[in-house]
Amino acid sequence: MKKYLIPSIRITIVLTIVLCVIYPVSIMLAGKLSKGAGNGETIVVNGKVVGYANVGQSFTKPQYFWGRPSAVAYNAAGSGGSNKGPSNPDYLKDVSNRIDTLLKYHPYLKRSEIPADLVTASGSGLDPDISVQAAQIQVKRVAQFRKLDEQKVAALVSSQIEQPLLGIFGPARINVLKLNVALDGLK
Amino acid sequence: MNTELFGIIASFAITMLIAIPLGKYLAKMYAGEKIWTDFLKPIENGIFKLSGINPNEPMNWKQFLKAMMTINILWLVYGFFVLMHQDKLPLNPDGNTGQSADLAFNTIISFVANCNLQHYSGESGATYFTQHYIFMFLHFTSAATGMACAVAIFKAFRDKTATDLGNFWNFFLKSITRLLLPLSIVIALILTFNGTPSSYAGKDKFISLQGDTVNVSRGPAAQMIAIKHLGTNGGGWFGANSAHPLENPNYLTNMTEIIAQFIVPVAMILAFGFFIRRKKLAWMMFGVMMFGVMMFMIPTVTGELNGNPLIAKMGISQSTGAMEGKEVRFGPTATAYWSVLTTVTSTGSVNGMHDSTMALTGLWQLLAMMVNGFFGGCGVGLMNYFIYVIIAVFISGLMVGRTPEFLGHKVEAREVKIAALITLLSPFLIMAGTALASYMVTAHANIDWAVKPSTWLNNPKYHGFSEMLYEYTSSNANNGSGFEGLGDGNIFWNVTTGIVILLGRFLPIIGPVAIAGLLAQKKFIPESAGTLKIDTLTFGIMTFAVIVVLNALSYFPALALGPLAEHFSMLK
Repeated sequence: MKKYLIPSIRITIVLTIVLCVIYPVSIMLAGKLSKGAGNGETIVVNGKVVGYANVGQSFTKPQYFWGRPSAVAYNAAGSGGSNKGPSNPDYLKDVSNRIDTLLKYHPYLKRSEIPADLVTASGSGLDPDISVQAAQIQVKRVAQFRKLDEQKVAALVSSQIEQPLLGIFGPARINVLKLNVALDGLK
Repeated sequence: MNTELFGIIASFAITMLIAIPLGKYLAKMYAGEKIWTDFLKPIENGIFKLSGINPNEPMNWKQFLKAMMTINILWLVYGFFVLMHQDKLPLNPDGNTGQSADLAFNTIISFVANCNLQHYSGESGATYFTQHYIFMFLHFTSAATGMACAVAIFKAFRDKTATDLGNFWNFFLKSITRLLLPLSIVIALILTFNGTPSSYAGKDKFISLQGDTVNVSRGPAAQMIAIKHLGTNGGGWFGANSAHPLENPNYLTNMTEIIAQFIVPVAMILAFGFFIRRKKLAWMMFGVMMFGVMMFMIPTVTGELNGNPLIAKMGISQSTGAMEGKEVRFGPTATAYWSVLTTVTSTGSVNGMHDSTMALTGLWQLLAMMVNGFFGGCGVGLMNYFIYVIIAVFISGLMVGRTPEFLGHKVEAREVKIAALITLLSPFLIMAGTALASYMVTAHANIDWAVKPSTWLNNPKYHGFSEMLYEYTSSNANNGSGFEGLGDGNIFWNVTTGIVILLGRFLPIIGPVAIAGLLAQKKFIPESAGTLKIDTLTFGIMTFAVIVVLNALSYFPALALGPLAEHFSMLK
């Protein structure tokens, strides 16, 4: 094995330069041309960064559309899901409690209208999106709290739908932060 | 829903469109035939010169394995010390600390072995230096190691009789320069232009729309995520892996990542056929593997789309399927598709949390890793399948009363013994590990350890058992995904899974290369009417039956205690 040790050390050094310096630095430089310059795309309101377009944030106040439950409380210095199994009694109780909370804030809702994504925690804990149905059921509450016309809020939700890739691949979705920023701009 | 189904069909179609020409390309490239990427030759020659390597020096199977083991041991030692002292090294904008000895032991084995089981979280447990100079480096080199060893097997069966299996360094470097690096550049560019960070900026802080102060972890992730998939590695930048919205920002990146992790395993099977000039054999192998994948895929996708029956009882709408642990931008269909491909190949990256999938989905994930030969990891998948074929040849030989042969070489006691030992190794490692952990949880739950066994499991009863079974299965298969609820960041899990990963990586590489080397040395017997033909449908079915029987016998009792019991308890 001795015969192979020196070549091993030397090729490791050479490859480190190629794979860990030249390759990532070139991509970093190319990334400067992307939206967000490779630092992550931010959303700016009145000159202030209010969040990252792709990173979900916590919305608990009634005048905002809410996102999905998060196992890490939307702390983006970490990430993760609940990792609760499908038959775990604690987990089922959590879901049941979330349904009750939703019904309390949306007394007009039938249980069958509540989509699963609004009462289950996401995989990353930072899911920026909700399903279209999850936004639509919150329209009436948001409109009441903001004293806005319900039709107008519903139209805003429709305008914020991100269609599937090329119209045919994957689910439609709504970015909660973008929706709420647009909502704040509504008169 | 239909758009979600179209999404996975398109992903599969694109995978095949890339993998078929890629297989041809790889066969030519490894054979040293003229090919359009030969313009890279001067660079490769420069690297060989700087490293003091003669890439044309022939190696027999023992020399080949010695070269492979030497460089892998070097990485183990070097990486271990870097991980422990990463806090004193540059590129640490977030001020993360060094890893403890047992965590570093586990982590470095895991990355050298192409497993990428992660008992740390990327945001807090690794510096940018570690992520690039150790993890990303090993993403490239561990994949190239597996591919180089597979090519040695190609080489053994190309010519009638051979002792020269080719040069390890040559196959190793070319796997990087001619395949992994160029494709990683393309994938990393797609990722960074879709929102995955690629700069070296540290954590950012902002005030959210409703007034909370939030810290966001970032870093040059796009570069690493590209090779993490292409090399079937799976070790992600962030804790939540490819479920993290910066690691996998939209449906396009999701398709890119799932295609990237499947093209090399598929292309390597086809390359084998082109290389040894037996295309029919390769397509037969592909057929058996694809049939196996579909056996996992169909129930997984339908199971996840049907949702959780216990949540259905609460009366809410599960029109989008089971959503716990999943991301809205991918949906359950693409997450189910990913969960199958990441477990049949040895990638182990996740775009949704496996711990929260339906009980039977967990069963398919476990079985996919237990078989570990339906496509499998870069290079090593082919080797695992090769072992099954040797066993199938042996059993068929016994059934028809002929001396078993593989591609014109007599399979004798020595080769069958090696194959049998490798076959028995997986159930031994998985069962012994799970039994030991279960014993600690039940008999010594409150033993005086820093992390008591009573706190290991995140879920009660059957699912808790599945968490332990999954951890060892994933370690042995060098997969690296996990039922992440398991409290695995402590000395018991770090040491035991570290040992399982190490044995589960290197013995199943050494075994097949040794068998191939031994067979290739033997006299070539021309095909006759009495030869067992291994490229027929009959032999394909035979191999599949061997795979089913071996795995069912080994694992059924454990699977019955875990996911099967959980499934039936939910139907009550």
